[in-house]
Amino acid sequence: MSSSLVRVLLHRAAVARVTLAPHQTLRKTSALSRCGSVLHRQIRGINTFTLPLRTEEKVTINFVNRDGKKISVTALTGNSILDVVVDQNLDFDGFGACEGTLACSTCHVILEEDVYKKLGSISDEEMDMLDLAYGLTDTSRLGCQVCLRKDLEGMLLRVPETVADARVDSQQESST
Amino acid sequence: MDIVGVLVLLLVCVFTAADGWRGLSSASSPRVCVVGGGPAGFYTAQQLLKARQDALVDIYERLPVPFGLVRFGVAPDHPEVKNVINTFTQTAHHERCSFHGNVNVGRDVSVEELRQAYHAVVLSNGAEANRPMGIPGENLSGVFAAKDFVGWYNGIPANKELCPDLSCETAVILGQGNVALDVARILLSPLDMLKATDITQHALNALAGSGVRRVLIVGRRGPLQIACTIKELRELGNLPNTRPELLLGDLEGIEETLKDLPRPRKRLTELLLKAVNGGDNKAEKSWSFRFCRSPVEVLAGADGKRAAGIRLALNKLEGSGENVRAVPTDQLEDVNCGLIISSIGYKSILIDPAVPFDPRRSVVPNDMGRVQDAPGLYCSGWVKRGPTGVIATTMNDSFDTAHVILQDMESGLLDLSIKKPGAQAISGLLQTRGVRTVLFSEWEKINAEEERRGKPHGKPREKLLDVEEMLQIAWSSRIMDILTFLVLLLVCVFTAADGVRTVLFSEWEKINAEEERRGKPHGKPREKLLDVEEMLQIGWS
Ligand SMILES: Cc1cc2nc3c(=O)[nH]c(=O)nc-3n(C[C@H](O)[C@H](O)[C@H](O)COP(=O)(O)OP(=O)(O)OC[C@H]3O[C@@H](n4cnc5c(N)ncnc54)[C@H](O)[C@@H]3O)c2cc1C
Ligand code: FES
Repeated sequence: MSSSLVRVLLHRAAVARVTLAPHQTLRKTSALSRCGSVLHRQIRGINTFTLPLRTEEKVTINFVNRDGKKISVTALTGNSILDVVVDQNLDFDGFGACEGTLACSTCHVILEEDVYKKLGSISDEEMDMLDLAYGLTDTSRLGCQVCLRKDLEGMLLRVPETVADARVDSQQESST
Repeated sequence: MDIVGVLVLLLVCVFTAADGWRGLSSASSPRVCVVGGGPAGFYTAQQLLKARQDALVDIYERLPVPFGLVRFGVAPDHPEVKNVINTFTQTAHHERCSFHGNVNVGRDVSVEELRQAYHAVVLSNGAEANRPMGIPGENLSGVFAAKDFVGWYNGIPANKELCPDLSCETAVILGQGNVALDVARILLSPLDMLKATDITQHALNALAGSGVRRVLIVGRRGPLQIACTIKELRELGNLPNTRPELLLGDLEGIEETLKDLPRPRKRLTELLLKAVNGGDNKAEKSWSFRFCRSPVEVLAGADGKRAAGIRLALNKLEGSGENVRAVPTDQLEDVNCGLIISSIGYKSILIDPAVPFDPRRSVVPNDMGRVQDAPGLYCSGWVKRGPTGVIATTMNDSFDTAHVILQDMESGLLDLSIKKPGAQAISGLLQTRGVRTVLFSEWEKINAEEERRGKPHGKPREKLLDVEEMLQIAWSSRIMDILTFLVLLLVCVFTAADGVRTVLFSEWEKINAEEERRGKPHGKPREKLLDVEEMLQIGWS
């Protein structure tokens, strides 16, 4: 009797210590993401081929991380940039802190001008959060608000530095 | 065997309960402790754990509950901002991280003691005091620091008795930052927008009976210097049944300056200009900005005890852009109001006299997070930078501090060859001082209880307001664990006392061998034993 109890307790102790690297977050709140990708995934999970709505296609996108390293990934259309970063476990520190709910600006990415234009209009709410992003540029977007499309094949996204530059910081100084 | 079993059981129980035993196994790992379980503490810990596979990080938090201002500051109608809690929870569950709530550093354990026990100590204790206005009448009833008012609707235990009187029609908020706008929004929001949030029930009840119809948000400087972010201003503008009551004169001439402004300031100003001309005239409630005014005195009502108004000095502005200074003139203006909330800033407090502190700026003096003249001591978050900036700002500066610590580990500035006892030593100290910690798993019990209590009201949680009650819930099933253990122990003892002794499989194998031995001379595979007593005798031989 005692030995089986020991086993149970040992097991409990082990379960309590499941390891997860802190950046490997379990964010799956993309239900809120603009792209509705979760919906797509669920549909796919139920039945792949009888549904005519299966619109996903593969696109390759390229990130340049904060160290200047290029990372190419293949992702499905209908996902947001944030979905891709989370699903593929791309290690960009602090990316997507609010989990795609337009409340943080940590998913800031910088696009090439033609891609930026191709994406079209931006909501006021996204612009509002972008205004708080470090190193804001004229082609900045929030990754949680950009949905992948076939015509974005090969797009290049720069993940900007987060080091406080003096000018932006003085602006932030006042925000509380 | 039974005795050994019970002993093993005992050991396992002790280890499970201690929950800090993983520390014992890695003697030469860098041990870091973080003071404060807010965003700065968690983000610093996250970065250290990620960058060094051998680092052990302990977080000490004054309250039994984690997350600092994410729980106690961020407005209840901003649940999406609180999503960062998910990442913090993962950090807390990390096998090399442990959370020790209910430990007041500076009182229960000194910073020096922490420095002895760890290779590095990070101060992330935030900014927990408010900046006083320093004017006569500030202590009259009806005058509140925003920090306390926010604490009241967000469930800070120390603010649960605040009971602000909301019967007046006009409220004045001093300061034009995000906290000021949060308070204005909470005062003006229709109840429907709040009742499904984690706002405290007592605040909800008080707001239900609130008579406040008009909120004036007063700032020292001009419209081009308001300190809030555009998201907050937009939310205020979007409140139903509420209209902006801005004075056109205040915004005169501003349109011409727009083109030279940086984009965030430009968009904010454009939204402000839009608000002047917009608004629903039938709305019953209103908000307004008053610019270039500084508080001079809180005016008492007839009873001499309650605030009935505030006297403001009109300022003129000198300089330009973000660096404009407000200079008071001798022109005064009185505003009638029954509720005054001063939102002119938080400030950090000195938690331990041994820590360097800059009383003028109310921060810990530091160079990129390295505390001045205190090797091995670091800081991050509001206590490092001052009480400004959003969570993302705090995150970045916490990552910066973590990088500096990692650098110092690499360069040898932090001597990792010295063995440090870490949590083991501190737990011992705390125990001798009668301080019992709340582990993260115990906070999760509080969390579950809060969620349970919120459910019937359609709220994500109903926050517990009483520290004693939090502790009781946190520790409740630990008592259960011990009780269960005792019961099991008793069962063991009774079983032994009753003389019931089991036969293990290895013992059966002895019986088996004996049976085979006895069968052999007769050419039989075995000669079965027929007597139970004899079987037992052989089994236990
Ligand atoms: C009212 C308000 C609303 C806000 N709303 C937003 C928002 O909507 N969005 C946003 O991005 N940002 C918001 N912020 C800003 C955000 O909360 C801060 O950037 C962030 O919380 C600062 O983190 P911190 O860890 O430095 O401090 P804190 O969050 O204050 O954490 C400090 C922690 O240290 C603990 N502590 C203090 N003293 C001790 C001690 N002696 N021993 C042990 N522990 C101790 C405290 O209990 C606390 O848990 C808001 C701030 C306020 C005040
Ligand atoms: S993840 Fe927070 S705004 Fe995109």
